[in-house]
Amino acid sequence: MNLATQPENRVALTGNEAVAHAMKQINPDVVAAYPITPQTEIVQIFSGFVADGDVDTVFERVESEHSAMSAAVGAAAAGARAMTATSANGLALMWEILYIAASNRLPIVMPVVNRALSAPINIHCDHSDTMGARDSGWIQLFSENAQEAYDNTLQAIRIAEHPDVELPVMVCLDGFIISHAMDNLFMLPDEMVTKFIGLRKPEYSLLDVDNPATYGPLDLQDWYFEHKRQQVEGMKKALDVIPQIAVEYEELTGREYGFFEAYRASDAEALMIVLGSTAGTAKDVVDAMRDEGHPVGLIKLRTFRPFPMQQLVSALAGRRAVAVMDRSDTFSTAGGPLFHGVRHALYDCERAPLTSNYIYGLGGRDVKPHDLRKVFDDTLRMGESGRVSQPITYLGVRE
Amino acid sequence: MTKILEIRWHGRGGQGAKTAANLLAEAASAVGRYIQAFPEYGPERRGAPVTSFTRISPKPIRIRSAVTNPDVVVVLDPTLMVATDLTEGLVDDGVIVVNTERSPGKVRDQLDTKHFKIFTVNADRISTEAIGRRIPNTPMLGAVIRATDMLEYEPFIEQMEDELNKKFSGRPEIVSGNLEAIKRAYKEVQAE
Repeated sequence: MNLATQPENRVALTGNEAVAHAMKQINPDVVAAYPITPQTEIVQIFSGFVADGDVDTVFERVESEHSAMSAAVGAAAAGARAMTATSANGLALMWEILYIAASNRLPIVMPVVNRALSAPINIHCDHSDTMGARDSGWIQLFSENAQEAYDNTLQAIRIAEHPDVELPVMVCLDGFIISHAMDNLFMLPDEMVTKFIGLRKPEYSLLDVDNPATYGPLDLQDWYFEHKRQQVEGMKKALDVIPQIAVEYEELTGREYGFFEAYRASDAEALMIVLGSTAGTAKDVVDAMRDEGHPVGLIKLRTFRPFPMQQLVSALAGRRAVAVMDRSDTFSTAGGPLFHGVRHALYDCERAPLTSNYIYGLGGRDVKPHDLRKVFDDTLRMGESGRVSQPITYLGVRE
Repeated sequence: MTKILEIRWHGRGGQGAKTAANLLAEAASAVGRYIQAFPEYGPERRGAPVTSFTRISPKPIRIRSAVTNPDVVVVLDPTLMVATDLTEGLVDDGVIVVNTERSPGKVRDQLDTKHFKIFTVNADRISTEAIGRRIPNTPMLGAVIRATDMLEYEPFIEQMEDELNKKFSGRPEIVSGNLEAIKRAYKEVQAE
């Protein structure tokens, strides 16, 4: 019997509680954090574990997110396993240090509870916060539910610290929809997590005085470019490492992870590509429409950075039409960030499907099954007509 | 697709609508059902109208949309009847359980409807007597279990005892008071 899916390990927790418990099981050396809705509960609950002596973590209550990420950078460079968590404007305030964490190849793991950016002020879910950090050099994993937020947090430690990768990882979960909703999930026994994540063994660290190293010195025309090239190589290696870690995790849990989940997609003529919690609602819609005989399917993208271009092309080639769902906009007037990635990936594909873009759910706007059904209906029609009549649609907005 | 039972809780900030939604979900989860429970977050103020939701299903729940057509509506505060459209979206054969001293017939007159199965219970009085505070959320759980067939009574009570012991460890008088309130509301709830 699989230990990780025994009934006694099935719990009812909110997404934030699930992530806080994953952090407890990880028992990081250092957590530095600053509160922001809807993330606050994660570090609040975790600080309870610190106060109760359930973890050995040094918990730093810093004065801003900029300082939280700076403290995580310092700790990780010293050789510690360092974590923090944030949302929205907190992530925006970290922006400068996000790049420093990634460029110094520091394997910090950070749950980000996705929330709309100000202004106007809004505490609810969209993906504009993490999309703002998409080019910062962080690996980004998105989660459909509390189970995936928990599983991604544990796998993120292994991905980040893999010697071929050495890059920070954001674990993204939808604000309120996942973070504050109680949900069923299976947790691993503590000792199984301890064994799975192992100890961090950095090749170089500031506290390794026998092998002195420097982090973040001046690096001008002669070497900066080479270091950036190496950083890209780390991301490329992540494309090998992410599936390897997923296989190991599946052996423990029976739960399958990859770059994306293809749901009833293999014979679908119209596909939807989506990130995060909306995938759950979309699966219900796919089932309902399949029952009526419509050839629809879903690609739920888990790994947004690195962007699994080849794998996506293989999944999409030969389909008639694809709807790309973006829970953020770029204000480029050329569509959302996921759309840019998907359409770009398909350019050299000989049997490329038609693609169109839907911007949806900004500021937590509810996404109902009939909204997604409309997207599938339009996408089926686009496939039949053979042309894209409207490349970008704002779904469920008053205009 | 298996029908998911959807429950909407109406209360005022501070009355425990979120806790009630979560407690019911936890009890259902403990007996093997799949659940979701979530509040509607807005500008939160003590005393302001708030809603919370519980979903219960024999199969894993994937939908992440808001609840718009609940099967059950639970009203923790009778004063909400004038301020809120309590039956908005409630399915025609749905159940509404109201914390009030009035009879289901009186509530029907006020709602001016031919639909729904209406239940009432005086959860304010029960909680004041059993817990010593006017905190209607736990007795309303007992009333909801009686008014619907979503969970069996005995396993539900056992789960509530477990959950309350976790939430109020070291304060057995609060646990026993809440349990008594739940059991009394289960017995005292009035149907038409």
